[in-house]
Amino acid sequence: MLPAATDYYRLLPEILAAVFGTIVMLLEPFLRREHKAALSWLGMLGAAAALGAAVLVRSDAGPAFFHLIQADPFTFFLRLLIYATALLVMLAARAYLDRENLPHGEFYALVLLGSVGMGVMAAAAELVTVFIGLEISSLSTYILASYRREALRANESALKYFLLGSFATAFFLFGVALVYGATGTARLEQVAEGVASVLLLKLGLALVFIGLAFKVASAPFHVWTPDVYEGAPAPVTALLSTAPKAAAFAVLLRIAGTVLPATLLWFWVLWGSAALTMFVGNLAALVQSNVKRMLAYSSIAHAGYILVALAAGTEAAYAAALYYLAAYALMKLGAFTLVAHLAGRGERRLTLEDYAGLARREPVVAATLSLYLLSLLGLPLTAGFLGKFYVFVAGLRAELLGLVVLAAVNTLLGAYYYLRVILYMYFREPDPTYEHAAREPVPAGTGLVLAATAAGTLLLGIFPGHLMRIAELAAASFR
Amino acid sequence: MLTIVVFLPAAGALGLLLLRAEDHLWIRRAALTVALANFALSLLLLAGFDRTWPGYQFEEMRPWIESPPIHYHLGVDGISLFLVLLTTFLVPVAVLASWRGITERVRMFHILLLVLETGMVGVFVALDLFLFFVFWEVMLVPMYFLIGIWGHERRIYAAIKFVLFTMAGSVLMLVAILWLYAVTGTFDLPRIQALLVNGVLVLSPVTELLLFSAFFLAFAIKVPLFPLHTWLPDAHVEAPTAGSVILAGVLLKMGTYGLLRFCLPLFPEASRLLAPGIAVLAIAGILYGALVAMVQPDLKKLIAYSSVSHLGFVVLGIFAFNAIGIEGAIYQMLNHGISTGGLFLVAGMLYDRRHTHQIDAFGGLATPMPVLAAFYLLLCLSSLGLPMLNGFVGEFLILLGVFRVEKWWAALAACGIILSAVYLLWSYQRVFFGAVTAEPNRHLPDADRRERILLATLAGLILWMGIGSPMFITRMEAATARVLREMERPAVHNVGPVAPERPDPAQMLRELERLRQDMHPVE
Repeated sequence: MLPAATDYYRLLPEILAAVFGTIVMLLEPFLRREHKAALSWLGMLGAAAALGAAVLVRSDAGPAFFHLIQADPFTFFLRLLIYATALLVMLAARAYLDRENLPHGEFYALVLLGSVGMGVMAAAAELVTVFIGLEISSLSTYILASYRREALRANESALKYFLLGSFATAFFLFGVALVYGATGTARLEQVAEGVASVLLLKLGLALVFIGLAFKVASAPFHVWTPDVYEGAPAPVTALLSTAPKAAAFAVLLRIAGTVLPATLLWFWVLWGSAALTMFVGNLAALVQSNVKRMLAYSSIAHAGYILVALAAGTEAAYAAALYYLAAYALMKLGAFTLVAHLAGRGERRLTLEDYAGLARREPVVAATLSLYLLSLLGLPLTAGFLGKFYVFVAGLRAELLGLVVLAAVNTLLGAYYYLRVILYMYFREPDPTYEHAAREPVPAGTGLVLAATAAGTLLLGIFPGHLMRIAELAAASFR
Repeated sequence: MLTIVVFLPAAGALGLLLLRAEDHLWIRRAALTVALANFALSLLLLAGFDRTWPGYQFEEMRPWIESPPIHYHLGVDGISLFLVLLTTFLVPVAVLASWRGITERVRMFHILLLVLETGMVGVFVALDLFLFFVFWEVMLVPMYFLIGIWGHERRIYAAIKFVLFTMAGSVLMLVAILWLYAVTGTFDLPRIQALLVNGVLVLSPVTELLLFSAFFLAFAIKVPLFPLHTWLPDAHVEAPTAGSVILAGVLLKMGTYGLLRFCLPLFPEASRLLAPGIAVLAIAGILYGALVAMVQPDLKKLIAYSSVSHLGFVVLGIFAFNAIGIEGAIYQMLNHGISTGGLFLVAGMLYDRRHTHQIDAFGGLATPMPVLAAFYLLLCLSSLGLPMLNGFVGEFLILLGVFRVEKWWAALAACGIILSAVYLLWSYQRVFFGAVTAEPNRHLPDADRRERILLATLAGLILWMGIGSPMFITRMEAATARVLREMERPAVHNVGPVAPERPDPAQMLRELERLRQDMHPVE
């Protein structure tokens, strides 16, 4: 039995991204040094092609490759998210790579190949396929994390990421094996049908959860996150904190949505993990003086809010989680891109002190960063608020009053450290002895990314209807 | 119409961006024009207001977000009408008050002030709980900046404290709003109200109590009710004059407005249940605020604590649950906005001249500046409730309303009035009477034309509101009666929403197993 044309068609976005990634990699050695930056166009073209293909495939939903892959509205939503993120990351990275004197070609190739893995994760309807996607995406991100080879921090970050990441994938794989042993299948739809041993299934699902919890950086499996996010090059951090997380959440959502035993067994696990993750992330972020590290802890906290939606476990909650993922990706991409720009050569200017008086020096930049921060904090009229809003509503409708109250309290904790950055930018003047970086204009690519994410943050915050409809459709594909 | 009143200032703020940042004078003029235009527009609301209609007027309703159903729903009634007017009146006052005091980042200051106006008016006219919350939160940001950038020495501490206190209340209120939505399926205030009044929806006592507490906490922090008031003196003292005027004049009223608009009509049983406790807190606030105000060496702090005391009256009036008390409370909200706003203005004028708020630094100021002294005296008298001036009407009505419910409350609260006379007149004496004690004070310039116009306007209003109170009260009557009517519930008793039972995972798995065996019987 051979795959038919429709099989390939339903995987077209991933195939295109892989092809472009390979072309970028192969072309790189043949270009002269000064032309290599042009590869970014090719890379972005690849991501755009994958986006286009995702839209194209949307009309033809269904399984592919003998039910290993499922191209449904859910997949469509995540493909949009993942490839758009990749596109924006590449757009912003060009100036960064120039500034830090890093090679261009591999970067774009790795981003594309990594997003292939994430796309596969999002589309996978079978656990071994999930694992393959997980490995593809992880391998590229391990390398990306160590992209600044000379920087000690980056190496530490990559090593930590690699070791703990491999550990997590091993957990995941072992879990898959146990689930297979318990049910005789790794296809998600069939897992619930034939349970030979409840104990094995429980163990397997627990291990699967642990593996994925590592990837979404939820407590208590979050310990790697701050170090890795801090050490990795800022554009890579932007990628790491958004796309792989979205892909891992996609797998969690798909399992929770299709495998009934998982939904039931995971309930208290998700509840506890959500509560713990929010508190750990927010409390640790309170005391950070390094903005990049603070944002890393804030990503942990945000994973907690999304877990609230998972714990709620209704269709509306899944839609809320998807919406949150999109909103979160927008603001985190914007924030990290801006941090990358402000950090200056060698990423040295990262502490709060470096942000003192920024509003006076660069009012537009400061205002944009404030917008992201207020959105992360969850102030109305921003995407972040509506994300939280949908999650809270879904949580309350599922009678999770306690968890929602905890989440609300966490919002307050978050307010302190997000507002502190704004406080430094607007209310403080830098120390007179402080040596200012030469004021660098925002590069065109970075500016474009900032404009897009800022506009998106506002747009999703004021008119969420359209995206929410897509998210609802996506969540309905588990029915 | 209401949309224009709400968003004209925001549009004006955008317009200010077109001006060059250095053109301070033009920025001030433009901001003043916008603020005055908005005030004029809101006067049209007053002109078109139908005093006999108890419901909302000038309503606007458009769908905003489809799922969940959120509407852009605005409207005013006799309660919010005057608060809107107060807001639109105080914003031009604030612009004028900062004419001289604000010299840095002038454009940003006025933009924030106008955005703040949009938020404040929005809070008073929003009839959709979601929309209300949006305005309520968005308004925090400009105030945070106003205190944090243009404040005095400890401004950063005060700004953070202000925001965190307010947010602490509002996050729980958000949960309560969402809970109400989860129960009713709508965010629309009149519709929820109708469901409750008709007995279609009955909240269980516990649910009602929890929801009430969440809303009440948010509003009590904003009021601020003793013992949640600690953010207020800090924020007031550190804020620039315009910030203090707005803070005292409008922001505090959002708390009492919220109590009146949401807590009472939505959760009457819980309100009645907790009323004695709240009244005790309110009285404690009245007395405590007055006593602490008495010993303040800092003029602004003195006025700030007097706010705690005065707002205690308002809360007490509201929780008397009768028309007189509530009308008095609304009236007192307006009075406090004007009188205390005016006191802060004078404090700001003194600060502009001497760069201090310490009462010690002044003394005998009536000699170099008789006009300012006269206005300050009038504001004090109005604030302490001299008959014929506005403060008397509000306090009298509140005490009358409270007296009918519980004589002791009224008696204790009345002591607060005596104390207020003590601290206000004493502060007047220390600042303005006697010989000039400090050399730099000898040649301070008296109020200039701008300041005279400002204070004279306030003085005129104080007199008018003291004599012409029926003009205001008659417009509040219908809405107040409606609120009291809405507090009545049909006597139906059933429980609130029942929690769906969450299945036990292990049992579910066993059932799955059985199902499988049924479908594939063992051969």
